[in-house]
Amino acid sequence: MSLSELVVPVLLCFTACYALGKRVDVYTALTRGAEEGLNVLVHILPSLIALLTAVYMFRASGAMEYLGALLAPALERVGIPPEVAPLLFIRPISGSGALAVGSELMATYGPDSYIGRVAAVMLGSSETTFYTIAVYFGSVGIVKTRYTIPASLCADAVMFLTSAAAVRVLMG
Amino acid sequence: MAMAWLWTGMVAVSLAFGILTGSVGELGNAALEGASAAVELCVAMAGIMCLWTGVMEVMDQCGLSAALARLFRPLLRRLLPEASRDEETLAAISANLSANLLGLGNAATPLGIRAARRMAQGCGGTASHELCLLVVLNSASIQLLPTTVAGVRSALGSADPFDILPAVWTASLLSVLAGLAAAKLLARITRG
Repeated sequence: MSLSELVVPVLLCFTACYALGKRVDVYTALTRGAEEGLNVLVHILPSLIALLTAVYMFRASGAMEYLGALLAPALERVGIPPEVAPLLFIRPISGSGALAVGSELMATYGPDSYIGRVAAVMLGSSETTFYTIAVYFGSVGIVKTRYTIPASLCADAVMFLTSAAAVRVLMG
Repeated sequence: MAMAWLWTGMVAVSLAFGILTGSVGELGNAALEGASAAVELCVAMAGIMCLWTGVMEVMDQCGLSAALARLFRPLLRRLLPEASRDEETLAAISANLSANLLGLGNAATPLGIRAARRMAQGCGGTASHELCLLVVLNSASIQLLPTTVAGVRSALGSADPFDILPAVWTASLLSVLAGLAAAKLLARITRG
């Protein structure tokens, strides 16, 4: 039994008990939230269809392998498996694109493999950088973003490096 | 439009590569496979994702996310001293952070924008240092439970979909710190 196996049951029980203590209708809130999750899924499905089509073609054509091979020497030096190279490009640009590439990696190499785990950690510990910056500055009318983009990309670079390292060290 | 270029580019590069490597015959099948894989993935992860958005809704309604937001206030006062002087901005930023942490992306963005709008008042289109920090904070996510990824992993038959948690926390915490440090450093350099 590991800590992560306890996360789900403990969190479910704690949240429900706490909410009930606060006189919240747990069941109605749970089902309402689940309905919202369904909405999220309905919204990502069309882009997932479009993107996985492109990703599968990209892989079948051999282009993905080529891209990986091209970057392999540099990536191996910093400890990132070259197979995840496509994820590095798409992660800051498109959330559903990254989900498509990442899940394809997990399906190909297995969700519990080293590569599958690195892909999962990269997906889980980052945001769609350019989208976030565009939404924030766009909606408040900022034109001069100064050092926001380089600083965010720096965060992404550190995230890529530490994702691979953390999987190696913590899940060896 | 960026996605239009990206998508077209990927398909065009695939076709060109397919012709060069002689694997062009497999492209049609791969495209169809990809499209149906998307539906399979969505269906397989629907259960776990909806369960978690449900749990998050419960957390939101019973005040757990508000309690979490209160915890952030002292930290934010130090990180964003100018913005924190305005009580309403501070409230919006701490709620934005706690929603991000709980994975309530849909709730986090409007809260963050409300804070950003107040912070951008009278700045004439140039981001202030603290506004840059807020956006960096939001673009490098810190999420306690990466539920979408766990959903994908469980859909693909992972033995323990959440076993990546310690690695995710490490990577996201370090990346946020790096982003903030880079922003502070760049602010000092550009100021001269």
